Amino acid sequence: MADKRAVTLNVNGKDYRITVEPRRTLADALRDDCGLTGTHIGCEHGVCGACTVLVDNRPVRSCLMFAVQAEGRNVRTVEGLANGEELHPLQKAFWEKHGLQCGFCTPGFLMLATGILEAEPDISDEDLRDVLSSNLCRCTGYQNIIKAVRAAASEMRACQPSASL
Amino acid sequence: MSWIGRSLPRLEDPSLLKGQGRYVADLARGAAAVKFVRSPLAAGAILGIEKPDDGLVFTADDLVGVKAIRPLLHRPDYVPVSQPVLAKDRVVFCGQAVAVVVADDQGLAEDLAEQVFVDIEPEDAVVDFAQALGEGARAVHPEAPGNVLVEGNIRTPGVDAAFAAAAEVVALELRSGRQTAMPLEARGGVARFDPLAGRVTLYASVQMPHMLRTGIADVLGFPESDLRVVAPDVGGGFGQKMSLFPEYVVLVWLARHLQRDVAWLEDRRENFLAAAHSRDQVFKVRGAFAADGTLLAIDADLKSNVGAFSCYPVTCGVEPLMGLAELPGPYRFSEYAARSRGVTTNTCMMAPYRGVARPMLTLTMERMMDVAARRLGIDPVEIRRRNLIETFPHRSPTGLVYDEGSYGETMELAVKALDLPTFRRRQAEARAAGRYLGAGFSVFSERTGYGTPAYAARGMDIVPGYELVNLAMDPSGFVEARIGASPHGQGLKTSLAQLIADELGVPPTKVRIIAGDTDATPYGWGTFASRSMVIAGGACKIAAGKVAERLKSVAAAMMHVEPETIRLADDLAYAEASNQTLPIGEVARAAYHQSHRFPQAGPGLQEQALYDPAGTFSNACHACIVEVDVETGGVKIERFVVAEDAGILINPMIVDGQIHGGVAQGIANALFEELVYDETGNLLTASLADYLPPTIAEMPSIEIEHLVTYSEATITRAKGVGEGGTIGAPAAVINAIVDALSPFGIDLFEIPATPQRIRDLIRNAERTSHG
Amino acid sequence: MKPAPFEYVRPSSRAEAVAALATHGDDGKAIAGGQSLVAAMNFRLARPAVLVDLNGATDLDYLRPEGGKLRIGALTRHAAFHRPVVEGPLGVLLARVVRNIAHYPIRQRGTFTGSLAHADPASEWCLVSRTLGAEMVIANTGGERVCAAADFFRGTFTTAVGTEDLLAEARLPLLGPNWRSGFFEFSRRAGDFALAMSLAALEIEGGVIRAARLGVGGVADRPLRLEALEAQLVGQAPSAALFAGMGEAARDLITPTEDIHASADYRRDLIRTVVNRALTQAAS
Repeated sequence: MADKRAVTLNVNGKDYRITVEPRRTLADALRDDCGLTGTHIGCEHGVCGACTVLVDNRPVRSCLMFAVQAEGRNVRTVEGLANGEELHPLQKAFWEKHGLQCGFCTPGFLMLATGILEAEPDISDEDLRDVLSSNLCRCTGYQNIIKAVRAAASEMRACQPSASL
Repeated sequence: MSWIGRSLPRLEDPSLLKGQGRYVADLARGAAAVKFVRSPLAAGAILGIEKPDDGLVFTADDLVGVKAIRPLLHRPDYVPVSQPVLAKDRVVFCGQAVAVVVADDQGLAEDLAEQVFVDIEPEDAVVDFAQALGEGARAVHPEAPGNVLVEGNIRTPGVDAAFAAAAEVVALELRSGRQTAMPLEARGGVARFDPLAGRVTLYASVQMPHMLRTGIADVLGFPESDLRVVAPDVGGGFGQKMSLFPEYVVLVWLARHLQRDVAWLEDRRENFLAAAHSRDQVFKVRGAFAADGTLLAIDADLKSNVGAFSCYPVTCGVEPLMGLAELPGPYRFSEYAARSRGVTTNTCMMAPYRGVARPMLTLTMERMMDVAARRLGIDPVEIRRRNLIETFPHRSPTGLVYDEGSYGETMELAVKALDLPTFRRRQAEARAAGRYLGAGFSVFSERTGYGTPAYAARGMDIVPGYELVNLAMDPSGFVEARIGASPHGQGLKTSLAQLIADELGVPPTKVRIIAGDTDATPYGWGTFASRSMVIAGGACKIAAGKVAERLKSVAAAMMHVEPETIRLADDLAYAEASNQTLPIGEVARAAYHQSHRFPQAGPGLQEQALYDPAGTFSNACHACIVEVDVETGGVKIERFVVAEDAGILINPMIVDGQIHGGVAQGIANALFEELVYDETGNLLTASLADYLPPTIAEMPSIEIEHLVTYSEATITRAKGVGEGGTIGAPAAVINAIVDALSPFGIDLFEIPATPQRIRDLIRNAERTSHG
Repeated sequence: MKPAPFEYVRPSSRAEAVAALATHGDDGKAIAGGQSLVAAMNFRLARPAVLVDLNGATDLDYLRPEGGKLRIGALTRHAAFHRPVVEGPLGVLLARVVRNIAHYPIRQRGTFTGSLAHADPASEWCLVSRTLGAEMVIANTGGERVCAAADFFRGTFTTAVGTEDLLAEARLPLLGPNWRSGFFEFSRRAGDFALAMSLAALEIEGGVIRAARLGVGGVADRPLRLEALEAQLVGQAPSAALFAGMGEAARDLITPTEDIHASADYRRDLIRTVVNRALTQAAS
């Protein structure tokens, strides 16, 4: 066992001071050390995407990153999406369009979609499908996930000034 | 206004969307981590197990008094085998648990597990049918010398005569590769020991909590009441989470033995190696056809590779016996002979997976229809028209009784949706341009919602099937229904709330469904086999109806009218004749707190109901258009149409979701997913780099058409819908590929139809035509 | 699936990184994006005793054209190439290829030189580097050396980078205005490893191919550049027949590897197709 280190993780705007071995992945640290169990672990080899979170606003696999590497970065998880009781447009769209069944992949898809829609609000449908092919869902056949993300994209565009210069 | 038939957003979703779901791994805080040491070899004798000096490590020798898992079928052709919860003396598949370690966290547990060395004298592995059934094959289990664990046979009297009279006999051999359900959440359990009560609570990611409790208590030899099993949020199951697995038994044993909380969270690699596999079947079938395309008889030899053990409780008979009973599918021929065997090998145990036997038998019958159509010069749609069941009830050659359905109608609907004539023109133009498009159809029946009679007929020792519900309206007018079914993503709580809301006149948001907790729900069978909406739904309807009667009786007394004149709706009790209303909550309170006023109703508003139906058949036709890249063998699905009939739709959005997910898994079976063992029984596809579930990029948009046949077979008139997508899709996709490749004269009888397999066929065809 | 324990060091410059790798020798392993390495560590297939994290060495984070080359520092992520990074054909080529690398979140962290150092036979960047004749800058405490792509790839997961070396930079030649590129990859699903892929770059002037680069990846233990075929292309006018012939010639030249997803026969068929399609795209 390697020595544990003190690490400060900034997650959803809040600092978590944790002590972990270097081998602790960001996914495990979020779940076990920060108590944020909304980020799920599905494969631990970077394929399924259930553990997708935003690091400095970019979607990444939290199973392929160590917690020590996330020090000083801005981490966002599914717990930070809703504004109190008010659901984020993506959460609302997943609900209304039945974009989830068992819900296990859902946080990963929500963070993936948040990352891409914030970065590219006007993303083409083809590019959106390509990005969403990053994560696996076993229940929905993806039919309503794509519908939900498209619906949320329209709403997010309508609500916010265009990010393009 | 009815809640039934509305696409109500699910009541389950807000917590899941906010990351507040509670899956097993979310309940593991403070529990010690458990890791299993698994056999690296498929077969061999355990010569010794070397443990590290420090750390908690247990082997079979430590499990004093622990019995083996031993599922039973009461039939003469079933050979029971025992599954020790940790391998003792010998290993029979790669991935079998041999030892277990416990440490403070998962990383440390894995460090400790690495220090356990299992010395195994290897034996030749029996992996496939040829090895298992060949002359002088080594027996996987000494008690089953021919490696056949279960066999079923049927022969109607006129089979030989039908074949003798046939204008055309079509002989096919189909193979389905091995697949796994691969729920996104792998298996897992947290066992918490309560030192005061001496009782263990097992939180487990399972579909059948009551059965798990029975199984664990039996194997460990203690009263069931010493164990509570809770299925919290479950991240998908698809059948993989309905069997009793050794890991759960060991987990509860550890909690009791160590008197501490322990958690086993399966990783993805273990899930591939040791959870449960499915499919892996070879169906050799002959069909006798009259010159007009009428199917006269089927003669079949069905083999299912059931792996190293028999799954509890449904046993390894589940695939072979369902294959035997349901092969005739939606066709009305009457002469049928079949032999169906469950063959044991040194591979991971087979257990039910969405569809069970029917994806393969549908592929078989639908390939049969297309090949016969081609040989007889009949259009593939037309040959089906001439053979589909039209009158109901229909009795199959195996004695199954089909209730009202719409087999021909769904096919015609799919044909229309596909616009076949226009497609044929487009297909011809594309071919001229060197592009290969094809259309394929698949018609099938899906037996759903069957109760105890169906399982008893299989000779099961444990006969599942019924459902009980305890339903109560509380004094505040809210409803709680405690069910034995155990949903894991289907949205059942929402659908049941809609059903109950209609009976009781309250909004669905006032209905709470309590499931998946043996302390809180009546004994029941969990969620599998497209049963929960039909059976738990039926029980809920009955129970809610009984509570509604009580409610009306109390309301009638309060308003001084006759109970028959009371209508419950909009959270109100209406006395229509006298134009009075009372809030239902007020009536409910009176039923509890003023019961002396209503002696005829009795106190409270609680009822139990039982539902145990014979079963019902859903039906559908899947149709698709594919394009095959003949240079790479790659297949793109351009359109996918589902025309289905599952009776009344309680929540159409949820029904569509079930179809979407089912079709995705069926397409996976047709094109992508395959578990591959090498000749030593080593699994080559134990990661998501090699096992390939489709992503959104591989999925077509799925177009769904609904027909509603009112069947008397279920009291809600809803039929099961959980598996149909998976059942129909492979045949539709394969038939479309064969249609696309018809210029090459290629036929395809193996799934998944990987690019390599397709390309190999094309290459051979090119060679033949050039040679 | 938790990694074996390791020590973690985080140098804050290239020089410190090189020093750390020298200190730890065989025990040390550089990590940049970690998108292959951490997965292998989770399976415990890789178990470095010391992880030298390059992410703090910000002087490795650069991407700029200079002296006719595109210089790609060791912290340049795949995602940087989603849009053309330089004007002209090279930027377009890289943007075309990058979409085939795994998936979007992987591309946010994985790095260009990390892919080269990992040397998966199915790596798109390895194929690009080999085909275009990249130079790799390998640094250690003794200084730095430049290694040609032809000498860099030594086999599956094996390169010229030694245990105390850091692959600090890759340099790709900028392509002149008359160059055009084509890339075709066949994989089972979106983002999967290539079963076969081909990169073609053609300099076409006056309807004639003046210079050519042609490579095939995912079919051998390292990316292959087909120089014999490049020579045959030069001086010819692009045509369907020419490219189909090149596909067949490539198929006959290569003895492909086999795995559970593709037999040698199947890969031969794919080589023919990917080469033909890459060339066709380049000329279109």
